[in-house]
Amino acid sequence: MSVRHGLLALLERGARYGYQLRAEFEDSTGGTWPLNIGQVYTTLNRLERDGLVHALPPGDGGQRPYEITDQGRVELTLWFATPIARADRPRDELAIKLALALTTPGVDVRAVVQTQRTATMRALQEYTRLKRGDADLPWRLVIDAMIYQSEAELRWLDHCEAALVRYRPGPPKPLPVEAEGAELHERA
Amino acid sequence: MNVLELRDVYRTHGKGDAATHALRQISLSVVAGELVAVMGPSGSGKSTLLNLAGGLDRPDRGAVLVEGVELGKLSRKRLAEVRRHSVGYVFQALNLVPSLTAAENVALPLELDGVPIRRARPQAEAALSEVELDGYADRFPDELSGGQQQRVAIARALIGQRKLVLADEPTGALDSLTGESVLKLLRHRVDCGAAGVLVTHEARHAAWADRVVFLRDGSIVDTSGPLSQPECLLADVQP
Repeated sequence: MSVRHGLLALLERGARYGYQLRAEFEDSTGGTWPLNIGQVYTTLNRLERDGLVHALPPGDGGQRPYEITDQGRVELTLWFATPIARADRPRDELAIKLALALTTPGVDVRAVVQTQRTATMRALQEYTRLKRGDADLPWRLVIDAMIYQSEAELRWLDHCEAALVRYRPGPPKPLPVEAEGAELHERA
Repeated sequence: MNVLELRDVYRTHGKGDAATHALRQISLSVVAGELVAVMGPSGSGKSTLLNLAGGLDRPDRGAVLVEGVELGKLSRKRLAEVRRHSVGYVFQALNLVPSLTAAENVALPLELDGVPIRRARPQAEAALSEVELDGYADRFPDELSGGQQQRVAIARALIGQRKLVLADEPTGALDSLTGESVLKLLRHRVDCGAAGVLVTHEARHAAWADRVVFLRDGSIVDTSGPLSQPECLLADVQP
């Protein structure tokens, strides 16, 4: 998610100053995504440049509230309607680490799995502790997202461990032969 | 004080070549106000551990103590008394008696202990109220939903002043929100001073515990406690 769409969603509720946007953004995400005020104003300037918001005349305090434009509403509607592509997410370092652990001599892969499992379990316990109070629904949903992601990781680790028990490594694969041109290029 | 203590416990099922080491050298303590989750793959010894903790089974070696009393040294009669007084069980199979009402099911452990019905009934109603089942006292199990039946089973496990609550997959096949309410009840009871052991294969459920113990092939391989500074977790989701 971009801060940009978050601010558009908040401006859909009515005109807001930068400081109000920052406070409401943090409230909506349960404080899990702190913003600095500079980030808010930079984003507002870009949104204004793109015609998605416009600044209103300054109020009594000298601050300029922003409001969403029709074009901004179209952008917001599109954002809500579009699923987030898996490809937009960063590569999973853990999956890469385990894949490498499996083929690196001398690495105890089960220990790598267990170390990660304990760490993820701790995080999951902590998210659950944060959720125990009577939190608002938006905050609970943010925490639930983290809980389910941690749970998915733990299930995947269980799966990895089960697969490891049955794993019998084959003979090492020969290294790919370098093309002559690439070798020359590298030397150059 | 330790409400539950397992000291160097071994348990083997079967004999000779067919012997399976269900538990090996298990030492575990649970204090009042603490909920410990036990996780592990199928056959790792989770249920055996719970059965030993509740006095439903005896170890081959080592000792199991509940409120300081070593269960292995008790007569069958005395052991049954300890189980009724001190230990509450919540199983995935609810084991409610279909011909008894919710209140009668909940009051059953007290009645088995000789408490007259006129005294047991108000306690059962209070226990049902604790699990938010006010007004359901006279319903039979088949008149209740799965989640309500599970809460009756929890009320039965919690009635009286049980100091140790043992739960084996207590959320069973309940949907996620109903399952969560069951865990909240368990957590609440523990926060009020009981000691709890929760056996589960669901990490999301184990996360309600203060400590998570990982079992593999009958041995404890790791233990996870909560972090002291939750803020550092949230760094992951910052831009």
